[in-house]
Amino acid sequence: MRNQLPLIIVFATGLLVIVTFFIPHEPFGSLEQRFLVWYSIVAGFTMLLGLDSLVRYHLIKIRDRRSGWGYSLVLLSGLFVTLILGFYSWARYQSPFKLGSPFMYLYSYVIIPLQATMFALLAFFIASAAYRAFRARTTAATLLLVSAVLVMLGRVPLGGWLWQKIVSLIDLLPGTNLSGLKGLEVFARISDWIMDVPQTAAKRGIYIGIVLGGIAMSLRIILGIERSYTSGS
Amino acid sequence: MTKIFLVLLSLIAILQAQVPKILRVYDKPNDSGKAIIIEWRDEPDSTRSIVGYEIYRRAADEDSFYNIGFALPLSTSYEDASTTDNKDYYYYVKAVYRDTSFVSDLSLPVRSYAQWFHKRRLNVLVFAIIICGLVIWYTERAKKGEKLYVRRISGLDAIDDAVGRATEMGRPILFSFGLGVITDVVTIAALSILRKIARKSAEYQTKLIVPNYDPIVMAAAQETVKQAYLEAGRPDLYNENNLPFLTSDQFGYAAGVDGIMLRERPGAVFWQGYFFAESLILAETGHSIGAIQIAGTTAITQLPFFIAACDYTLIGEEMYAASCYLNPEPQMLGSLKGEDTAKMIITILFIVLVLFATLTKLIPSLNNLYLKIFDWFTAQ
Repeated sequence: MRNQLPLIIVFATGLLVIVTFFIPHEPFGSLEQRFLVWYSIVAGFTMLLGLDSLVRYHLIKIRDRRSGWGYSLVLLSGLFVTLILGFYSWARYQSPFKLGSPFMYLYSYVIIPLQATMFALLAFFIASAAYRAFRARTTAATLLLVSAVLVMLGRVPLGGWLWQKIVSLIDLLPGTNLSGLKGLEVFARISDWIMDVPQTAAKRGIYIGIVLGGIAMSLRIILGIERSYTSGS
Repeated sequence: MTKIFLVLLSLIAILQAQVPKILRVYDKPNDSGKAIIIEWRDEPDSTRSIVGYEIYRRAADEDSFYNIGFALPLSTSYEDASTTDNKDYYYYVKAVYRDTSFVSDLSLPVRSYAQWFHKRRLNVLVFAIIICGLVIWYTERAKKGEKLYVRRISGLDAIDDAVGRATEMGRPILFSFGLGVITDVVTIAALSILRKIARKSAEYQTKLIVPNYDPIVMAAAQETVKQAYLEAGRPDLYNENNLPFLTSDQFGYAAGVDGIMLRERPGAVFWQGYFFAESLILAETGHSIGAIQIAGTTAITQLPFFIAACDYTLIGEEMYAASCYLNPEPQMLGSLKGEDTAKMIITILFIVLVLFATLTKLIPSLNNLYLKIFDWFTAQ
């Protein structure tokens, strides 16, 4: 029964959510929303579980003087300072989110810059990953390189400038007059075509697979075939 | 006399043109009741500045009309979401200008009521029945002993090699669910992969680290790993502190996992779940420490980053197939086969409809039929 009960709950809930999708009449119409509210309440309480795990993990690290215990000290200090400032702002300004409160000061001048710093690192990581991905070692990699260069040229002003220069150079040849082609923005057109046709087709193919896979997986969960989320075998 | 008559006639015409005309008042379809939609047509006087439309309502048991809402200029409909079901209501619309206003005729009585079936979702129901029917049918066939073929998925085949490599190097294994929460189906799919990895790591006595973004996922991961260690006969190796909660902040999580990778230097890294912009930050850090990396996600926008930075990537549905692949029981394989057949049916449907849409350009009389089919397929 210990293993069966979660499966029965999942089956009943899954079936109910499917039914509510097709029946707008009350009490079914608002059931999905109600379940989401329940989930939010449970998720709120599980933050305490997360907090317990985090504090315990770092306290043990500090206690045992494991390598990098100093970082754990910084983390716990940050956690408790934020918590104290949050409560203080709440008591002093009626809301921790009031502009000018110490909590918001911490959020605006410490947390946001830290997040922005991490996000900014992405630019360098993109450059290093692109360098490896675009090495033309195989036909597929070469195709990727060519299409990436074309898309990039089509998305930046340099592409338009380059196209005008190419047309001007060809125009230097005797008997040619291609000045009308200057405004064509060929790189932008190629870029749009790559993004709209082959890229979208591939993306939609993957997306259809994901949706169907999701349905089959959900069905396996509802029918109790897929049990990896339970501790039982 | 004729001139005066003509002027009067044109004045009446102008005034009539300014009066909004109620076209339809009806119960809002496919809803849980308590809503009526009012549609009108108006040709506002271009010489005057229109402010908007006021909607007036009277219930059958009330004596006078009340203003129940306001619609902006150029609006042609209003949803009254404050009705009581099965009660007659009368409406009129007033076009309000800066200096004057014009009132429409009274509508016929109308009632709101709740529907028992969302007719615009009939298409979803039909496809859901077909797909579920296929999955159940193939599952039953598999249970009867029919052999079902599953193609090799290199990303899943490489799990054993990756765990073995980390063991040989004497380094731990790192597994991340990304920013997925337990309500994401992909997170549950990732749990089945984690179970396989945890079992192997227990057999090889290799440390498994699972930093978490969501506390509920953390609890599920702890249970999964504990069970896998138990199945491998090594419950003594299980350490809850190796599956800690980090933070529910996107870049805080990325920084935390990067820090763990740089300190612990895992030999094998698994990115399985739902990822956002942090995907490349994580995968590139994993690459910089020389770890073998196996990624899997259903986040289409992050797939190119994983393909560029990782050794193996499970693309979209391969994630969902993982549990069937790693645990090839007849029921699991049957559901996979059903899913593939559904995909084939949908592909055939695509081709037929694309050809039909092309045909409407050659035979315009088919256009109405095509639009009806197109409308039926458009889910609400």
